[in-house]
Amino acid sequence: FMQRGLDSQTKKQLEEEEKKIISEEHWYLDVPDLKEKESCIIEERSFLPCEDLVYGRMSFKGFNPEVEKLMIQMNSKCKEEEIEDDDKMEADVSDEEMARRYETLVGTIGKKFLRKRDQRVLKDDDEDEDDEVEEGNSNTRPSKRAKKMFLKPQD
Amino acid sequence: MAAERGRAAEALVGQVVLPGDLLLLPAHYDEDAEGERLRLSTGAAPQGRLLCGPGLRRSGAGLLVTKCGLLRHRPGGGGAFWVDSQQKRYVPVKGDHVIGIVTAKAGDVFRLDVGGSEPASLSYLAFEGATKRNRPNVQVGDLIYGQFLVANKDMEPEMVCIDSSGRSSGMGIIGQDGFLFKVSLGLIRKLLAPKCEIIQELSQLYPFELVLGMNGRIWVKAKTVQQTLIIVNILEACEYMTAEQRKQALAKLSGT
Repeated sequence: FMQRGLDSQTKKQLEEEEKKIISEEHWYLDVPDLKEKESCIIEERSFLPCEDLVYGRMSFKGFNPEVEKLMIQMNSKCKEEEIEDDDKMEADVSDEEMARRYETLVGTIGKKFLRKRDQRVLKDDDEDEDDEVEEGNSNTRPSKRAKKMFLKPQD
Repeated sequence: MAAERGRAAEALVGQVVLPGDLLLLPAHYDEDAEGERLRLSTGAAPQGRLLCGPGLRRSGAGLLVTKCGLLRHRPGGGGAFWVDSQQKRYVPVKGDHVIGIVTAKAGDVFRLDVGGSEPASLSYLAFEGATKRNRPNVQVGDLIYGQFLVANKDMEPEMVCIDSSGRSSGMGIIGQDGFLFKVSLGLIRKLLAPKCEIIQELSQLYPFELVLGMNGRIWVKAKTVQQTLIIVNILEACEYMTAEQRKQALAKLSGT
């Protein structure tokens, strides 16, 4: 029954009572459970897993470039399962570029959470730094430097 | 009636089997205690389960053949046995990619003819990026490449044009022009085998696009009508041509 405000304990008790009442009324077979034999044979009506067929859409000599891309994708998906080589997929963004972007990203998002005073200090700091070789350090540090340490003037 | 004695499955691989033949499997597939003892003694037990493919049925001690054809075996991945048979009539099977022709639009559902005993149904939401407001532009008479979601003998077959992750991966409405024709199912399987010679030889001729449905339908599109018809004729004829005859025919074509 829909009774809000009942404790979980009282709810459990109610459920148990209901189950007891129901199970006494239900008929059941007095037969020991047959152990289901784990069979080693799977029945399959499709030819696909048996014969390892390729994908049905094909295009040749650049007639339909999208389908050709799809052909490579689908057929390599099937082969990946058999051959366990390292994935050398062409990523849109290379690893180095990703690392660079991530470093700058941390700095910009970090700035967002600085308090006003620290942000002002940070702006002066940025204007002074024009050509820094160490991009990573300079971008991640300012958020902490602005709070604690004395800022050295540029040479 | 004495039951027929079965023969070892592995001995019959590559030979003709008839319905009613009983195939015995090697001892390590047995579920009895006797089988276990044997398993322990033979050493390397197979990993994974045996796949019992089309044309075979599990029955007690072994596999019962239900179609006539050649028995095939694949040893990799737990092993698989199936019967390579030939037929022209297609029976919908779950997971098969087929080409269907839209015959009717009934409210939210399209009726497709797939060559089976019943028309299949395809919901308009089963396309990539389809919502209630954004309906796919499907007309009666369009060709659709999709796969079966539900296909058994008790229910009407249902098709979808997206895969389990929601992407279309090439399925959906097949574009304009092109030529649709029907071949036997055995030829389709031959063409879809990895590294099929026929397809490789044809691809050297001229650019064209091909869609093969497991229901025996092939759709071809090339730049001119003549090229399309040439490809159609080759595909229809190559079922009964030997490899040499085929190469001669293709050489004549590429020569002219």
